[in-house]
Amino acid sequence: MRATTPHQDFTRGIWRENPVLIQMLGLCPALAVTNTVANSIAMGLATFFVLMGSSLLVSLSKRFIPNEVRISTFILIIATFVTVADMSLEAIVPDIHKALGAFIALIVVNCMILGRQEAFASKRPVGRSLLDALGTGIGFIIAMLMMGTVREVLGNGTILGFSIFGSNYEPWVIFILPPGGFFTIGFILLGLNYVQSRRKPKQLVAELPGAGTAGRAA
Amino acid sequence: MSGEDQTIGSEPAVPSAQQEVPPWRLVSTLGTAGALAGFLIVFVFVATEPTIKAHKAMVLRQAIQEVLKGPASFDTLFVYDGALTAELPAGQDPESMDQIYVGYGDDGSQVGFAMVAAEPGFQDIVQLIFGYEAGSQRVIGMKVLESLETPGLGDKIEKDQSFVREFDGVTSPLVGVKPGRATGDEHEIDMITGATISSRAVIKIINNAIERYSPLIAAHNGGGVQ
Repeated sequence: MRATTPHQDFTRGIWRENPVLIQMLGLCPALAVTNTVANSIAMGLATFFVLMGSSLLVSLSKRFIPNEVRISTFILIIATFVTVADMSLEAIVPDIHKALGAFIALIVVNCMILGRQEAFASKRPVGRSLLDALGTGIGFIIAMLMMGTVREVLGNGTILGFSIFGSNYEPWVIFILPPGGFFTIGFILLGLNYVQSRRKPKQLVAELPGAGTAGRAA
Repeated sequence: MSGEDQTIGSEPAVPSAQQEVPPWRLVSTLGTAGALAGFLIVFVFVATEPTIKAHKAMVLRQAIQEVLKGPASFDTLFVYDGALTAELPAGQDPESMDQIYVGYGDDGSQVGFAMVAAEPGFQDIVQLIFGYEAGSQRVIGMKVLESLETPGLGDKIEKDQSFVREFDGVTSPLVGVKPGRATGDEHEIDMITGATISSRAVIKIINNAIERYSPLIAAHNGGGVQ
């Protein structure tokens, strides 16, 4: 068993084990609603809220949930928080709620959230689970923002609706259409993997002397 | 997500429960969780519903103002029993009735009718509201309320201001023409390149709604106005 410190619980989800960019979880919303920065932020925050709420509740009630029905109970908890988030968004920011459409309801089936409950919150104390959810949620928001920024800048020539290239810029419309989502995530992953593959040889050498304890190469 | 998966950051799976859990515990766990979830959702629903409804009503009010070009006041008319009426007989639920809105100018004269209409566009139902002047049979303004048209192409029916302004004063029935083919006819709407189906849908929605409501409007205005 690889013991983790609270600090690691918090930080690893943010970048080193980023849910979208490294673990490849939650790709559906990351592709579907990142066509503008505002939508990305709203979706990121809604998912963050659901993740925090579910982790807290799952961690608190883990003793009362029999193993056989744990997944159904997790889904029930997640679905409740999603419904709450859905109604609150509609009441507070109706325009963004309209733009996100069905994707808010689909947070229920975001594997990232269920994954954190099953892998972490259902086995750890409340504090650790919240740290883990916090880190993972921030990591998700970062990934959504990266996607949303690239796509809105290229596809519409704006950031958060403010024009940055002037009126002569001909928007690259494909980037706000679904194919643009795939292009964007493809290039982001290409870049990340390229950086990692260049870094890896050095790290391996550094870790070799202490062989046997080397964890995953970051 | 089975117990033994290697999700990053997980610990080795806990050994599954050693002793058999009685079925009533499984049922009661899910039952309790479901009941709690239900209570929470109902609570939030009750808490948010007034805000959501108020916002929808506000959006509609603003849209009516916009398509009737700022009337001094407006009334709601219900479509009841094949006629327009401002007062519904008791026992009828106003929210379930088709409604159109009639706007008045400062001097109390009628400036036009605002109608909400919806029909399929390119991706999904397009819902819009438009202002209609019964006397001159002219459309005086149009605003898309709800659409899921393709971002960057079809959604120009609401975002392209030069297209939206085409509807500020055009005689019905509307006819869509390709850009550059306009002859200056008073029925013409310049369609959007790359959004042919969406622009055609908007024109069709308005034409159909006028066809549907103009007999009612004529009857409401005393029959002889047209």
